[in-house]
Amino acid sequence: MQEIIKTDNLVKLYVMGVEELYALKGITMSITKNEYVAIMGPSGSGKSTLMNIIGCLDVPTSGYYELNGNNVSEMDDNELAAIRNREIGFVFQTFNLLPRSNALHNVELPLIYSGMSRHERLELAEQALDQVGLKDRMLHKPNELSGGQRQRVAIARALVNKPSIILADEPTGNLDSRTGDEIMQLFDELHSKGNTIILVTHEDFIAEHAERVIRLKDGMIEFDKVVRPPKNIIINEIQA
Amino acid sequence: MISFNAIKANKMRSILATLGIVIGIMAVTILQTAIEGINLAFEKSIASVGADVLYVQKFEWFGKEDWEVYRNRKDITMKQYNYLANNLQSAESVCPSAGAGGTVTYGEYSSENVMILGTTEEYQRTLGVGIDEGRFFTKRESDGGWPVCIIGMDVKEAFFANVNPIGKTIKVNGYNLKVIGVNEKMGSMLGLFSLDNRILMPLNKFFKMFGTRRQLTINVKAAGVEGIEDTKEEVKSIMMRARRIPVGGKPDFGINQQEAFRQTYDQLTGLIKAIGTAITLLSLIVGSIGIANIMFVSVKERTKEIGIRKAIGAKRSTILVQFLLEAVSICLLGGFIGLAIAFPISLMINAYLLPTAMPMWVVALALVISAIAGIVSGFFPAFQASKLNPVDALRYE
Repeated sequence: MQEIIKTDNLVKLYVMGVEELYALKGITMSITKNEYVAIMGPSGSGKSTLMNIIGCLDVPTSGYYELNGNNVSEMDDNELAAIRNREIGFVFQTFNLLPRSNALHNVELPLIYSGMSRHERLELAEQALDQVGLKDRMLHKPNELSGGQRQRVAIARALVNKPSIILADEPTGNLDSRTGDEIMQLFDELHSKGNTIILVTHEDFIAEHAERVIRLKDGMIEFDKVVRPPKNIIINEIQA
Repeated sequence: MISFNAIKANKMRSILATLGIVIGIMAVTILQTAIEGINLAFEKSIASVGADVLYVQKFEWFGKEDWEVYRNRKDITMKQYNYLANNLQSAESVCPSAGAGGTVTYGEYSSENVMILGTTEEYQRTLGVGIDEGRFFTKRESDGGWPVCIIGMDVKEAFFANVNPIGKTIKVNGYNLKVIGVNEKMGSMLGLFSLDNRILMPLNKFFKMFGTRRQLTINVKAAGVEGIEDTKEEVKSIMMRARRIPVGGKPDFGINQQEAFRQTYDQLTGLIKAIGTAITLLSLIVGSIGIANIMFVSVKERTKEIGIRKAIGAKRSTILVQFLLEAVSICLLGGFIGLAIAFPISLMINAYLLPTAMPMWVVALALVISAIAGIVSGFFPAFQASKLNPVDALRYE
């Protein structure tokens, strides 16, 4: 299987005055293409720090991180921006849409930064919105959409660049349970279409959607196990 | 697009922030438009002085010495004129002239303080006088001191509004003169006094009417503007001889030319320009600080937005350019408002003060200045925005 994410002994050290705080104390793991992984752990476990590093928003103090063949651990700001644009689709708890822009423009934005022509990016943005079932709402601004619809716009934005991973940070944290379920179903569907999905969550019932759970505690991996065989294996078994 | 959306969102704030720029742009455009008008008026006025004409006189225009020094000089005489005219090689033409204020009467009408100018037939060629109707006087009329005259446009309008003046006889200080021609309209000198309220007549007749002890001017037309400095040197040396001043001595006469007006004028407008530029700069600086301030607020308010943009792939330069464009857009908006206010004012200046028009280059300059103010004021806020850390920016509420 093709390894999308490969980390070796990732360490993140925060220095606050004289106090030193190790948020990550050596994380070694790998994630392959089309995996569905949940990263779990209580607050203070280093879960957010790991997510920031995996999302290329931050760099480790030491250690090695490779994303889709790119050595990210030694990149500068501009290279990180380009990698985020190309390889990562973010879905945030608070949606993080631009409030003054309509859904279409929000989805189009990553393509603007990758330098795509207007005609091409409008077409792709429309496709992405269609994929999350919001084609008829694409000219609405975020404040004219419900929470679930906003998160769908955010998912469309994450998908539009065809990234190598979709990184979702508590994607249902701001939604009621029914809408949350719908969003999780959308993630399941995206996974079945071949996307690699990493969920960062502390909710067990969210993590249940994933096939593999990596649990952090005090900046280290507490356990890393496959909780459910990948769907295609199940299908293979049924067929067998 | 992005920058205009942001401005639209804070319409009132943006417009208020541009006030300094608006005032600066108004100041610079109105000032330039006014100077353009003054320049036009000046050029029109001094055209009558002639760029290639020298005026040999007892006084110097805009002279720097005491009045006494000039007053105590000996008058310029007809003898000196004849000596100069006979010896001068490089000039195209030379003529003497003398002036006095006179009272003109025709029928029951009379007009005081008309400029009466006595000269010779060469005056027309030397000063390039245009004739509207009739003719200039001839050498015979000039030498013989015939009672003929050419009247200026103002005189014509005062006495002969609906009649042909040619052949009519007017009285000047009690002497009868026959009108043989009318001068072309010349306008006024710097808007101060009219050049059309005058009468030209043969100098020999003028001396009989006003006496010979009159200030004499010797008018010298050089062969083109490029030859004027050589001619000036020649006139100077001949006049020194005529007035018996030893070689190397200080001339006791003035050789005046259009240049003197121009220099004085340039000094004056230079001062106006300097003051105007200072006011403009000051308001632009104040305006830029205002814009910078509003941009810092805007960056702060939109920290989260910057975080989102960075997370999905905006580079530092992208964010920098976005905020710079926003500042430039605000300043250009200010520039346009400034121009929109200045334009009707320039029309009012044109209608009531002096003929002028807002030149296109001033409009272009105003917009360029606005854009530069935008870049200057937007740079630091934009730079601050560009170097925000995406993790912290995303967390900002």
